[in-house]
Amino acid sequence: MLREIYEPKIVGFFCNWCSYRAADGAGTARIKYAPNVRVVRLMCSGRVDPAFVLKALALGADGVLVAGCHPGECHYIEQNYKTMRRFAMLQHTLTALGISARRVRLVWASAGEGAHLAREIDRFVEDVRTLGPLHWQTQLAEPDHTAEIDRILVEHAEAMEVGR
Amino acid sequence: MAEKVGVYVCDCGSNIAATVDVEHVAQWAGGLPEVAITREYKFLCSSLGQAMIAEDIKTEGLTRIVVAACSPHLHEKTFRRACERAGLNPYLLQMANIREHVSWVTKDRVAATSKVKALVAAAVARVQYHQPLEPMAVAVNPHTLVVGGGIAGIQAALELGDAGYPVYLVEREPSIGGHMAQYDKTFPTLDCAACILTPKMSDVGQHDKIQLLTYSELEEVSGSIGNFKVRIRKKARYVDDATCNGCGLCIEKCPRKVVDDGFEAGMGYRKSIYTPFPQAVPKIPVIDRGSCIWFERGRCRACEKLCPTKAINFDQKDEILEVEVGNIILATGWDMFDCRRMPQYGYGRLANVFTSLEFERMCNASGPTGGRVVLRDGVTEPKSVCIVHCVGSRDKHYNSYCSGICCMLSLKLGHLVLEKTAAKVYACYIDMRPNKKDYEEFYWRLLEEGMLFVRGKVAEVTDVARTPQEEDQLIVQVEDTLLGKQRRIPVDMVVLMGAMEPRRDARETGLKAGISCSMAGWFIERHPKLDPIATMTEGVFIAGACQGPKDIPDSVGQGAAAAARIEGMISRGTVMIEPVVATVQEERCSGCRICNSLCPFNAIDFLETEKVSKINPVLCKGCGTCVAGCPAEAISGAHFSRDQINAEIAGLLCDADGRESGAELAFAPAQAE
Ligand code: FES
Repeated sequence: MLREIYEPKIVGFFCNWCSYRAADGAGTARIKYAPNVRVVRLMCSGRVDPAFVLKALALGADGVLVAGCHPGECHYIEQNYKTMRRFAMLQHTLTALGISARRVRLVWASAGEGAHLAREIDRFVEDVRTLGPLHWQTQLAEPDHTAEIDRILVEHAEAMEVGR
Repeated sequence: MAEKVGVYVCDCGSNIAATVDVEHVAQWAGGLPEVAITREYKFLCSSLGQAMIAEDIKTEGLTRIVVAACSPHLHEKTFRRACERAGLNPYLLQMANIREHVSWVTKDRVAATSKVKALVAAAVARVQYHQPLEPMAVAVNPHTLVVGGGIAGIQAALELGDAGYPVYLVEREPSIGGHMAQYDKTFPTLDCAACILTPKMSDVGQHDKIQLLTYSELEEVSGSIGNFKVRIRKKARYVDDATCNGCGLCIEKCPRKVVDDGFEAGMGYRKSIYTPFPQAVPKIPVIDRGSCIWFERGRCRACEKLCPTKAINFDQKDEILEVEVGNIILATGWDMFDCRRMPQYGYGRLANVFTSLEFERMCNASGPTGGRVVLRDGVTEPKSVCIVHCVGSRDKHYNSYCSGICCMLSLKLGHLVLEKTAAKVYACYIDMRPNKKDYEEFYWRLLEEGMLFVRGKVAEVTDVARTPQEEDQLIVQVEDTLLGKQRRIPVDMVVLMGAMEPRRDARETGLKAGISCSMAGWFIERHPKLDPIATMTEGVFIAGACQGPKDIPDSVGQGAAAAARIEGMISRGTVMIEPVVATVQEERCSGCRICNSLCPFNAIDFLETEKVSKINPVLCKGCGTCVAGCPAEAISGAHFSRDQINAEIAGLLCDADGRESGAELAFAPAQAE
C-alpha cells in the first residue's frame, strides 16, 4: 500500500512591514518553498495574541510560525521585543499543556530577506513533520482536558503581560 | 449575520492559473457559507475586471468582497476603490494572496490548489466580520524635509521650492554638492560637472523657500505623514553663520594644514578651518575640532584675531533644532567601496594604485594636481594606465550587484587620460554595460580613441617582476578571455573602479525614518518598478543612490519625482490615512493600565477620574500590541479584530483533520470563546 507523506498544516502570523513583505519578495523572486504554511497578515508581530496560536493549534494546526521584523527594526519601534517575551511565555504554556514547544517558532525577516524566510519556512515544516500530527481535537478535546485548557487560558491571559 | 459575499479568483494571465486550478477554486468557493457569487477572471485588476466586481455589487447586492489574486500590498487599494465606486465601503473587502504566497512559490499544482482553497476560505470567513471604516483625513504640513544635499536632494529641494513650498535641506558635510561636486567631467557628454552643478547649488543657497542646514544631521523623527516632528543636530561649526561673510581670510591665515580625506579623497590638503571646495554653498567655513591647534593645545586663535566680522566662536555648541514637516525625502547617497578590502589589488600598499575617486580629484582642474595626471610622486606622468573594472561589484565575496556606473566612469577617465597624457590606457572589464542614451556611442568613441579593452577580471596587481621589462612597474595579471590566455600587463598606474555601496549608516538612518534596507543595504522602495521613490512608510520618500546604484540623470529624475509626489499632497492639503487604530471599550476596561506602557507612541492615556484608559486615535499607529495585551479584551483593533483573526484562522484550517470539509464549515469563531 502506498503510504502518503504526512503534510503538516501550519498557520503563520506575519507582520505587514517586514516578514509579509519578505514573503511577497520570495514570491516575486519565484523562490520555491514548502506549501504548508498559511499566512495571516497582521500589522505587527505585537498583535499576535498567544490565544491566536492556541486557537490555531486547537483547530487542527500542527505548528505555528510567527514572523516579525528583526529586533530593533519593528515598524512600531519596539513591539517585537514584546512579541519575544510573550513568545517565551507561550512556549511555557504549551509545555504545560503537554504540547512540544517546538511546534511554535518565532523568526525574524526583514523586507529584503525573502530567500532567508523561505529557508526558515522549509526548515520549520521539516521540523514539524518529524514531530508528527498534533491531534489536539482527539487528544485534548476530552471534557476534563478542555476544562484544564480553559483554566490555563485564563491564567495565561493574566500572566502574559509584559509591559510593566 | 447574513452577508452576500462575492468571491473573485484571478488567473493573473498564467501567473496564477499555471500553478493553481483556478476554475475549481472558484467553483468550490461557491459552497462556502454566505457566498453568493463566485467568478474566475483573467485579470481582475484590469478595468474590465474591476467593472465586473462593481457591477456585481450593484446588481447582486453583494455586501462583502473577496479577491483572491496578488499581494494586498500591490492591489488592495485598486480593489478597495472598485468597491467604493460601487457604493460599498472599501474596508468590506479582503484579499487572499494566492500569487506571491502560493502560485509563485509552489511547484506542485495539487498542493498549490489546496493552499489557495484554505486562503480563500479564510478570507471568506474573515470578511464577514469586517466593519465599514472611514479613512481619516490628515492635514499636510506644507514643509518638507530633504535629507542629503547631493544632486538628488538638491533637485528635490529646488522642485519643491520653485513650486512655492518651504523646504529644510539637511546636509551632513559643510557644503552641499555631494559626490557630483568632486567630479571633473560627467559622462557621456563630458560636461564639466562644476559648470552644471554650481548654478544649482547657488540657487539652493539663495532660494527664499529653502532653509539650508549644512553640517547638520538627522537625529530623530517622530509623527507620521502630514505631521512629522524632526530633530536635527546642527553641529558646532565654531563660525557664526549669521555674521560670517565668507571672505575666506581665516582659511588663508590658518597655520594648520591636514590631509583632506573627505572632499579631496586623501589626495590634497585643507586647513583646519575650511570649506570643502571653493564653490561651497554656503561659503561659511567650519573648524575641524580634531586638528585645530586651539582645541589641541589651547593657543593660536589666529582665525579669530583676523576675522573682519568677528564670526569665529570657539564656544559654540551643537544645537538641536526641532522642525515640523509633512513629508520627508531621504537622498543620502552612497559610499565608495573600500578598495583595501581587496588586498590582491594592492590599494594602500602599492603607491600607484588609485581609486576612481582619487583619480577623479586628480583630473579636476581645481583638484590637488591642478588637473594633471601624475603618479603618486606628484610629478611623473604615467606612460601606461590600467583601469580595473568591477572592484567590489559583481563579486559574491563583496557585492553581487553591478554598480552600473563604473563602465561609463572608466570610459570617461580613459578619455581624460588620453586627452591629458600620451599614456596607453587599458581597461580590464568583465562585460561592458554602457546601456543608456548615448552611452554605447561613447564606448565606440573610446574604441576609436585607442583605449585598449581587455575582457577579463583582474586576478592581481603586483610589483613583483618576473622579467626585466616588468621591473619598477605594476603588473596587472588578468586572463584575457577573448584570447583565452593569461596576460601580465605592465603599467605605471592602476585605477580601481570601486563599487558604489550603501552609506555605512544607511540602516541607522532608515530606522530613524522608519524604513528598511535590502540585504545589500539600499533603502527599499514601495514597488521596484512602479513606485521606486515611495517607501512602505507613508510620507517618507527616497531619491538617488540611497535606493540603489545610480548615475546623475537617474538621481535627478528621482529627486524631481519625489518632489512632485509631495507637491500633489501639499496642494490637495490633506491625505487620507488608514483608519486602522485601536479603541478601548470603557465598560470592559478595568483600569489596570497594562496597555499604557505597551504603547511606544504614548497614544494611551489613563483617565484618572473615569479610571479607564483611552487611546488617542491621532497618535495610534495601529500595531495592535495593546489589543493583544489587554487581559480583559477591552481593546479592539479596527480591521484586525479578534473575531476577524479568529475567523481567518478557522478558515485557514478548514481542511484540517477532524474538521468538516470546507463546504459545510460554519465559521463561528466567537462561540469557542
Ligand atoms: S512591524 Fe514587524 S514586528 Fe512590528
